[in-house]
Order: sequence, then structure tokens, then C-alpha cells
Amino acid sequence: MNRWSYVLIRVLQVIPTFFVVMVLVFAAARLLPGDPLTAILGERATEEMVVKAKHELGLDQPLPVQFWIFLKDFFQGNLGDSINLKVPVTRLILERMPVTLFLTLYAAVLAAALAIPLAFVAALRKDTWADNLIRGVFQLGLSMPVFYIGLQLLTLLGARLRWFPVGGYGNTFGEHLYYLFLPALTLGFNLAAILMRNLRASILEVLQAEYVDFARAKGLRPSLILGKHVLRNALISTVTLFGLNIGGLIGGAVITETVFAIPGVGRLMVDSIFGRDYPVIQGLTLTFALLVSLVFILTDVIHAQLDPRVEAA
Amino acid sequence: MSEPILKLNNLCTVFHTARGRFTAVDGVNLELFPGEVLGLVGESGSGKSVTLRSILRLVRPPGRVSGEVRWRGRNLLSLSEPQMRQVRGGEISMIFQEPMTALNPVLPVGEQIAETLREHTELSGNALRQRAIELLELVGIPSPKERLRDYPHQFSGGMRQRVMIAIALASNPKLLLADEPTTALDVTIQDQILKLLLRLKDTLGMSVILVTHDLGVVAQTCERVAVMYAGRIVEVAPAAELFAQPRHAYTLGLLNSVPGAGSTRRPLIPIPGAPPDLTALPPGCSFAPRCAFATDECTAQRPPLMDISGPESPAVRLTACIHHDALSAAGEVTR
Repeated sequence: MNRWSYVLIRVLQVIPTFFVVMVLVFAAARLLPGDPLTAILGERATEEMVVKAKHELGLDQPLPVQFWIFLKDFFQGNLGDSINLKVPVTRLILERMPVTLFLTLYAAVLAAALAIPLAFVAALRKDTWADNLIRGVFQLGLSMPVFYIGLQLLTLLGARLRWFPVGGYGNTFGEHLYYLFLPALTLGFNLAAILMRNLRASILEVLQAEYVDFARAKGLRPSLILGKHVLRNALISTVTLFGLNIGGLIGGAVITETVFAIPGVGRLMVDSIFGRDYPVIQGLTLTFALLVSLVFILTDVIHAQLDPRVEAA
Repeated sequence: MSEPILKLNNLCTVFHTARGRFTAVDGVNLELFPGEVLGLVGESGSGKSVTLRSILRLVRPPGRVSGEVRWRGRNLLSLSEPQMRQVRGGEISMIFQEPMTALNPVLPVGEQIAETLREHTELSGNALRQRAIELLELVGIPSPKERLRDYPHQFSGGMRQRVMIAIALASNPKLLLADEPTTALDVTIQDQILKLLLRLKDTLGMSVILVTHDLGVVAQTCERVAVMYAGRIVEVAPAAELFAQPRHAYTLGLLNSVPGAGSTRRPLIPIPGAPPDLTALPPGCSFAPRCAFATDECTAQRPPLMDISGPESPAVRLTACIHHDALSAAGEVTR
């Protein structure tokens, strides 16, 4: 099997998954306690107003019909209009998604940039003070909730030392990097800890492998042995873990955006859940599902790229 | 006889662990001559593989190597790490028992050959590729050009061992250290690989140290044999003489415990007991507790490796057995 047919098969496998997600999203929004009409019209709405609004929103149709409309619209790129904000959901998401994507990607890059070198240091200096320090700091990070780390960083580096802004997003790319540094660090720290622990263990395992001895027997430089033979093999399991955790990262973005007052989809999600804004909730959940599916496919492709035995299996 | 190309003087490899001090290689003295195939035999745990790794300084911590490894006028144990890298894979190469684990599973074999060439030669680009193809051809891999891009798991066991040999030979080493290269292979493939090694030794003018626990392999390939027991060399002899007339009780035991190739059938006699604990070796001959010939003299102090080459035998014979004369009288090997 060649590389492209492998990718194609993975893409095709995502389609049924995505259909199930659509059904779940549609059902979940309608099973939520509370009523959008009450949320819109208020407690004192008359029977007449309720019937009229229900008809306008299409909520008086049978459920299968509502689902069919939902499916048809979705594939036309139409996620409906927000009940509360009265604007197309697609527009809302497109406006806000770049911020969240930027934040998530930034956090992922920071996590990898922290985890990979530190995992090497910890593994190569196993059981020394350096190893213990690195593991200790990350252990501390793992045992604290995201919002708490965020608040502490915000208070210390933002409010007290004034090194970083306490909110907002900036206008240029450079400003984005600067404004989002603390949020991205907050968001990525847990992931960095998970990756570091996993990679450290993999590196220690790979260092014991006989091909490392053989590489030394060939007279290769230590940097080449570590960078090429050890890292590549050790990354195989870490890449999968990384991919699986990106989903969690997108979830964490919701909290982080709230703490740091960033105008991303995280805030939008929270607001629309409180307002029972079905179309927005559905649209966002589907967008998240789509993103996570894409990340999973990407993870599998990178995994196959790193480990040639995957395609053979 | 010409000058030895490699000389081990009092080579010791000690592992300090929580459980105590393991002496894996205990004062080994050994000479290797140009173009020679020397067999290093012994049971598992006798220190054969560690001896090979000690020569190239590939012993992992907490192992420590001391003594002297004289290689072409230099002591390898006192070279700097960068100097040592020139020797590894450049002058002395090593192949391992299990090519599936010794080859990197995620790199194409072409790349694994190329990286050795880049380290030890000036080759690059197309010339490098050509040389890699040539090497695969040399070790008998069909359609080598196409196979450069394949990964180790796409080769059969025998072919993988050939790939490893190709990598080891990449920069025309003068010495090949082969650590049980055929143990993981079935018998027919084993035979092919041994023949290949002998052919390559002749074409490339290398010396070979072949570590094995298989006396059949020794008989087929080696000119001289050194027998190891509990980290020490106990007997050295030309292969034919060793098989005809072992002069150490342990060697005799080894020969009696394997079936001979002849038509006469005889019962196999296992060596009683187990190899000694390397953290607590007896003061005398370490084989004495398992030996039928042992006397008080054997357990009193460690017998040295003695030269017993008689006037009738031109080649050097060494043994660390006090009772070597009694052995030749007993002549128990029936084959």
C-alpha cells in the first residue's frame, strides 16, 4: 500500500464517525434542559408569541425533518442563524475561529518546544538533579488545573511585573505572538508535561535498543545517534499521544480564553450554551469535531511517516 | 608467524552494580593475526560478547574496561572518543546476533549504509549511492538498487543479516567482530552466512573474531579457537587440534555435550552444574566445582594460562588446566 492510499483510507474512515457526531450534536442540543424560547422571549411570553417564534425558528417541525434540514444546510455551508445574535453562525465561527486556532497551535508548538529538549536532558541525565528538577516542575504543572496556572501567570508576569499584557489579541502576527504567549503557555503546559514524561520514558527505552549499539559500532557521532536514531524512534509513541491530546487542548482553549479575555470561539461557546443558542452550539461542536478529526488523520499520517511498519500492518 | 594485528593484554571488564561487582571479563590475553578467523567459544554468560564490546569500547555503564587493547600500535583504551569513532566502523566493524533489533526499524537500509559511508569516506551523492548498491551486491542481495529504499522488516532473517554485514563492511575494515552472527538463523541460512563471511574475509583481507556457542560453527569456519569460561580464557588451540585433543577439562566437557558429525552414535554427556556466579568466583580454577578431574591443587589457586605446545606441535597451544596431561590420556572424545 502506498502512502496516499493510506491517507485516503483514513479520510474515508472519518466520514461515518462524523455522521455519528452530527446525530449526537443534533440530539444533545435538544436534550439540554431549558428552552430556547424561554431564553429568547423571557418568562412572561404569551402562548401566542411562543407558537409564532417556534414556527419562525422551525422548531415546530418533527425532529427527523429538523435533522434533514440541519444536514442539508450543513453541506451547503449554512449552519443557520444564531438565535440570540441574529447573525449567521458560519460568520460568527469564521470571525472567531482564527484566534482560537492560533492559540491552540501556539500552545501545541510551545508544548513540543518545551517537552522535546527537556525530555532529552532528563533522559540523558537520568536520576540526577536536572532530571528531578524537570520532572518535579512538570509534575507540579500536571497537578494544577489550567485556569489556576493561567491566573497565577497572569497575576505575576502580567499584572505585577508587567512583562505581558493581561488580555486581548493584538493586530499583527508579532503582536499575536506576544499577546497570546501567556495564554498559550497556560494552555500548553499540561500537554508539555504529558509529552515530556512520555518522551523521556521512550528515550530511555530506545537508548537500550541494540540498534543504538550498532550505530555506535558504526562510528557515528553522538549527536547523529541521538537526533536520528533515538529521537525518531522515541517520537513514534509521543506523536500519537500529542495528536490525541490536541482535542483536549481545544477544550482547554475555552477556559483559557475566558481567563485571558481573548475573543475566540471558546467565549462564544460558553455564551451560547448559557443562552441555549442551538445553532451556534451545533455549529461549534461540529467545527470542533471536524478539527479534531483532521488532527487525528494528520497524526496517523505523521505516525506512518515516522514508522514504516504502520503501513505494512 | 607474522606480528599480531590485535593484542589483548590483561583485558578486564567489571560491572559495579547494586548487587555487587561482576567481573564479566577477567584478565583476558589474546592475540589475533592478520587474515585469521579466531573462534571465541563458551557458554552463555562466559564473557564472549562483553570481550568483543570491550575491544570497541561499547560496554555500557556501569561497565568499566581496563587493561590494554593493542590495535596497529595503539592502545584503543587510551584513545579519545573522536579518535575511537574513526576506529569503530572504519578499521574495526562489528555485527550483532539479531539483525532485526540491531538495524534501526524506521530507517531504510540504504540510509543505514549511507550514514556509515558518510562518516568514514569522502563519498557523497551518486557515488555514495553506487557504493551502497555495490555493498548490497557484494553480500548477495538480489536487485540491490530497488532494495535500498526498503526497511529492515521487509527483509527475511538471512537477508537482514546480509544487510548488517554490508553495513559493517562499508569502509573496508581490517577486523570484523562477529557476535553470534548466525544464532538467530535457521541452519541452511546459517551455512550461507558463514560461507559469505569466509569469502568476504578472503576478498577484503580482514581478520575475524567469531563469537559463538556453537562448536559446529567453529569447526566449519575457524582456524584457531579460544575457549572462555567465567570471563577467562581457559584454552587456546588450532581448531583441528582442539577438536582432536582438548587440553582443558571444560573444553572436553563442551565437546562431549554436543553430538558429533560422525556416523557413530554415542551418548551425550552434559556438564553437571551451572556456570558460576560472577560476583563470587571461587579462588582457584572457576571450573573446578563442576569438574571430574578437580583436585585440591585446582581449588587452591587460580591456574595460569600455560604454553603447552610440544616440539611436535608447531602452533601455539595454551591451557589453564593443571590436568591437561591426564586429559590427553583419558581421551574421552569419541567422534
